[in-house]
Amino acid sequence: MHHLEIKNLSSSYGTEKVLQGVTLSADKGEVVSIIGPSGSGKSTLLRVLIGLTLPTAGDVFVAGEKIDYGGRKSVRSLRDKMSIVFQQYNLFQNMTVMGNVTIAPIKIKKRPRSEAKKHAAMLLDKVGMADKHDAYPEELSGGQQQRVAIARALATTPEILLLDEVTSALDPERVNEVLDTIRALTNEGITMLIVSHEMAFVREVSTRVAMMDQGQIIEYGAPNVIFDAPTEERTKKFVANILKH
Amino acid sequence: MFERLLEEAPLFFSYPNLVFILEAMGRTLGMTVIGCTVGFVVGLMIAVLRRSTSRMLLPFRAIAIAYVETFRRIPFLVILFIVLFVIEPLMPGSSLFVIATVSVCLIATAFLSEVIRSGLESVPEQQIEGARTLNFNSLQMLLLVILPQSWKMILPPAAAFIVMFIKDTSLASQLGVIELTFAGKMLVNRGFSPVLGFGVILVCYFALSYPLSRFAAYLEKRLASS
Repeated sequence: MHHLEIKNLSSSYGTEKVLQGVTLSADKGEVVSIIGPSGSGKSTLLRVLIGLTLPTAGDVFVAGEKIDYGGRKSVRSLRDKMSIVFQQYNLFQNMTVMGNVTIAPIKIKKRPRSEAKKHAAMLLDKVGMADKHDAYPEELSGGQQQRVAIARALATTPEILLLDEVTSALDPERVNEVLDTIRALTNEGITMLIVSHEMAFVREVSTRVAMMDQGQIIEYGAPNVIFDAPTEERTKKFVANILKH
Repeated sequence: MFERLLEEAPLFFSYPNLVFILEAMGRTLGMTVIGCTVGFVVGLMIAVLRRSTSRMLLPFRAIAIAYVETFRRIPFLVILFIVLFVIEPLMPGSSLFVIATVSVCLIATAFLSEVIRSGLESVPEQQIEGARTLNFNSLQMLLLVILPQSWKMILPPAAAFIVMFIKDTSLASQLGVIELTFAGKMLVNRGFSPVLGFGVILVCYFALSYPLSRFAAYLEKRLASS
């Protein structure tokens, strides 16, 4: 049984079909990266998975359990197991770093405050933000905010982590600190779905890579296959184009 | 004229007159404070209601929108008369102060709900999505994320409205509520110089609204920097 299984998933914004029958699976602890040109539906796929955008057709199974995206209970239990990190960090501006990381464990998961704080301190240490517990998001650089956002996503101890172009909004010199953080997480048994334009990084950390175009996954395989010997014409073109830069 | 003022002053500032003016000032302040407090609480509820997408609440949303859009467009004086003629037969013997205060509540609710609504809307969608993916329910989202971030957008215009509203309560004098303006009129009718009578009333209005404006300015500055 796959940890995450997506079958024929479709979604649209108005009349525009953004996802057209996406099928994809990931085993426990796998790091799956999704690459492809802008507007191919990569971010939408992650938004549908976490229940921010409704699917119009298809099924998603987490550990064999089918998700009912129209049902509050099902989505709640899904989000207990799945976290997302956004391109724009989406940290709560009215809370400190510590507040951001502990709010969900304390208020939503009802964990004891001291335990949540201890866990948060450990996570912040892991993402290299141990000295910024009391800072507010606006006092931090983009890279720092994104690392806090990763700690926040991990604070609810997710089994599946979605990373939506987490380095795209960053200054170039800040990209590596975030990639290093993610790299350190890849062998912790968390199943990860990464949407990224950082091809070298994708190639290095992924167990499998999915190439997406026009709302479909057109090729799915090991990184060396996708990057060195793609069979699809569009993958060849995309990879060649990206690697040129 | 100046001599007349000096001559009248000791008579004007007699103890009964001062009590009379202070009582009137209390009514002006009372109408404003009660009206704006109720307006803030009910306005907040309306603003939250208007954000909800639940189908069950749709009829309530429609009523809320109709109420807000109507009452923001009716002059205060007209509302006063409407309330007077609606409440009189329903609850005969209601005091004019009650009628005026109800009117203030109605109009303050309509205006403040719009101020609060635009404040709530100023919180970026990303904040809400972040909260949703962490399993916040609607109430937690409102209390923990949206409200704490919207105060700085809500308080300055709300304070400006309240300061403005202190002046508008003078229209209640048309009903016969003895608030500041009406008190001034009565004193002048007793033969005191209008310059003295309304001059004192002017100072009273200033004393009510200036500290509030300063407080609003202080809040604005403090909130902007936090």
